[in-house]
Amino acid sequence: MENGMNLTLKVWRQANAESAGQMTEYKLGNVSPDMSFLEMMDVLNDQLIRKGEDPVAFDHDCREGICGMCSMFINGEAHGPNRGVTTCQLHMRSFKDGDTIYIEPWRSAGFPVIKDLMVDRAAFDRIQQAGGFISVNTSGRTMDANAIPVPKADADKAFDAATCIGCGACVATCPNGSAMLFVGAKVSQFALLPQGQPERKERVLNMVKQMDEEGFGNCSNIGACEVQCPKTISIENIARMNREYLSATLKPEN
Amino acid sequence: MELNSKIPDGPLDQKWTKYKNTARLVNPANKRNIDVIVVGTGLAGASAAASLAEMGYKVKALCFQDSPRRAHSIAAQGGINAAKNYMNDGDSTYRLFYDTIKGGDYRAREANVYRLAEVSANIIDQCVAQGVPFAREYGGLLDNRSFGGTQVSRTFYAKGQTGQQLLLGAYSALSRQIGKGNVTLLNRHEMLDVVIVDGKARGIIARNLVTGEIERHGAHAVALCTGGYGNVFFLSTNAMGSNVTAAWRAHKRGALMANPCFTQIHPTCIPVSGDHQSKLTLMSESLRNDGRIWVPKFKEDAEAIRAKKLKPTDLPEERRDYYLERRYPAFGNLVPRDVASRAAKERCDAGFGVNATGEAVYLDFSSAIERYGRQRATVKGMHNASIEEIIALGKKVVEEKYGNLFQMYEQIVAENPYETPMMIYPAVHYTMGGLWVDYELMTNIPGLYACGEANFSDHGANRLGASALMQGLADGYFVLPYTIGNYLADEIRTGKISTDTPEFKEAEERVVQQIKGFFSNNGTQPVDFYHKRLGKIIWDYCGMARNEEGLKFAISEVQKIRQEFYANVRVPGSPNGMNPELEKACRVADFIDLGELMCLDALSRNESCGGHFREEFQTEDGEALRQDDTYNYVAAWEFTGNPSAPNLHKEALVYENIKVQSRSYK
Repeated sequence: MENGMNLTLKVWRQANAESAGQMTEYKLGNVSPDMSFLEMMDVLNDQLIRKGEDPVAFDHDCREGICGMCSMFINGEAHGPNRGVTTCQLHMRSFKDGDTIYIEPWRSAGFPVIKDLMVDRAAFDRIQQAGGFISVNTSGRTMDANAIPVPKADADKAFDAATCIGCGACVATCPNGSAMLFVGAKVSQFALLPQGQPERKERVLNMVKQMDEEGFGNCSNIGACEVQCPKTISIENIARMNREYLSATLKPEN
Repeated sequence: MELNSKIPDGPLDQKWTKYKNTARLVNPANKRNIDVIVVGTGLAGASAAASLAEMGYKVKALCFQDSPRRAHSIAAQGGINAAKNYMNDGDSTYRLFYDTIKGGDYRAREANVYRLAEVSANIIDQCVAQGVPFAREYGGLLDNRSFGGTQVSRTFYAKGQTGQQLLLGAYSALSRQIGKGNVTLLNRHEMLDVVIVDGKARGIIARNLVTGEIERHGAHAVALCTGGYGNVFFLSTNAMGSNVTAAWRAHKRGALMANPCFTQIHPTCIPVSGDHQSKLTLMSESLRNDGRIWVPKFKEDAEAIRAKKLKPTDLPEERRDYYLERRYPAFGNLVPRDVASRAAKERCDAGFGVNATGEAVYLDFSSAIERYGRQRATVKGMHNASIEEIIALGKKVVEEKYGNLFQMYEQIVAENPYETPMMIYPAVHYTMGGLWVDYELMTNIPGLYACGEANFSDHGANRLGASALMQGLADGYFVLPYTIGNYLADEIRTGKISTDTPEFKEAEERVVQQIKGFFSNNGTQPVDFYHKRLGKIIWDYCGMARNEEGLKFAISEVQKIRQEFYANVRVPGSPNGMNPELEKACRVADFIDLGELMCLDALSRNESCGGHFREEFQTEDGEALRQDDTYNYVAAWEFTGNPSAPNLHKEALVYENIKVQSRSYK
């Protein structure tokens, strides 16, 4: 691979949750602009293993921007400099020869580090378990799928909210460590659909309660989450969640 | 060994009803005392775990990812088939059944496939009730599109993210049961062995990937919903972590592996760009609804394009070869995947490829953009719209349908597919083969089940598009919940399964010893070094085209790779704590054994069918030539202790309702 880039990487290394971490510098040569960012990390790890050093642990799986597993804070931005993409969709053509790249894990009280760039996002699962569902048993004996028409505009909005991949970039990028874009997206998806109506109030109350218990911060309308969300989930969903929450607390079920 | 597929008697369309009416039940009080382990949380696993927990069983669900929502079903793009006939285009349960059997080149079981078609409509009802936001028309009703190998529109979709929306639906059902305490979730856990006591599956050995601890989990039944083994090729559209380990370890304990050589090479993937490549990205088959596939008609144009002296958009219509439309006028660009892939390979091998490596063809949206633009202009009453206005309107329609796919393409290739045709090439995508199961989805080991892509049963030698999501959810929501009771009814007096037994100890010891071996060999090469070598051999000799000589060569190469792997692989760090390289080493060890079995299976099947194309067996115009008299069977392989010498068992395929004929899409 001729004409590759030479890069200086400053990578967060942390042995486990208990130990202190630090930035460690690595030089990497001959990086092809056609590589994805994670393929560049593969090359670094290949070299570390051959040298007998510990490779950098990072989360990744689908490498096509949909599983939500990859989670790197690159040069101070969640998923790096490009908008609307995950780390695995970022390609090295977005960098230039001689660049120094800072690579850190998601940093938030709600996401403890497991090792190096890998964090524990189980808090998101627990929020989902608190109410992110419609209570229908899986008998297949529901009504016909076309029995309730859903206006296309509502269906499209619900879909847009539902495209959240649960990566946690919103939390990582928020100065308050708020998870409200994630929670707002799920609350909105169901609030916009007729199927979500029966549990509408209970859902938002339970999910917000769990979100608070997990130690995520509040939203102060900074808007960084929307900018750095790889699925460009709109901050409108936070506003909708706040309205849902308010109306649920004002008119409790009785 | 006698293979009993346990297909119920009676007419095809009454078998499943009859089965459900006569299967034994477990009463609610007893269900509370019965443990079931579900490995994997994709469409099959999440839906199975949620359904079994709703029914009252105590469920443990395992996934190697950090969350059940990450399972690779999430990446499925195009859609899910269901015989709803909402489009009024003549669809029916029988037609879906027929298309699936024919699409699979007559190598699937009739009864299983009919049941799949039968429950397909329930899946859509279920998902809508769960709040899955499928695409809708302006009237508020569900929209459909068509897919390869069919002449009706029966595919439900959510833009190019159907798998994501369906998986999140199943994940929400699973989350509800976790919240209720009916499912215990073990995330970041990998199953490394199945434990068999008195001939029955009684639990598993798993590694906690965070702490490195080896754990024992007992249960009355175990369901493997662990997906396919496409990553044996190293480069595939699978996720990096997708693996065969759970299924392979079950195989080593006696579960038969069926038709392992039936792998699907998907025609529309983004071509390989260089040696650094870690995975390949699919461009949904749904794009073939609107994209037209072509290469230059003349070699000099292909050469000029490869040398970047000519742009595809500058090549006039008469100098283009829309080879699928030319060869298969009845189905055109919507022929099944195996046919489309081979046709692309044929053109590229003949020198008409369009990228630097010569391994790419065009997928062109310009006609669709213009057609949709004209439609939209008419609807808007713009009768004198200019061509620029029409194109702009058409691009909007295409964006609504496939926006995320176009964006993915542009990210990877750095070209805008609204302006210039996509370049695509076939890549490994799905594996039709898998653990042998009977009608109840039980392997030949009592109490051990396999669902979704992990089993072999529904897709024969080639899966049709939008049928994987259907099968995963059918198995998990609507089949296993009925069939498992028929087995567990005998377990109500068994009591809690103890893990403090010699069988668990022995299985744990085996796992511990394998892991120790990786740290004590003083190796020098990283795991990926061997995985890439293995993948290249399997791709070159057991990929889109196979022949006897090549397969024999591949087998000897895989044996060499196995030897070198154990002698010289380097796994850094320690078995304790998070160690992704160790996870990879355990998986690649199993891929090596599986790779050899795939070649042995391909070698033993002296015919071409579906995705299995033996060059010795083809018609004059290059179509697959089946040998129904000799090979109309399921090849179910038994592990003997020596991965190079497995035993072959055959389950004859009996077609009572469909006439077996040669498949034609012309």
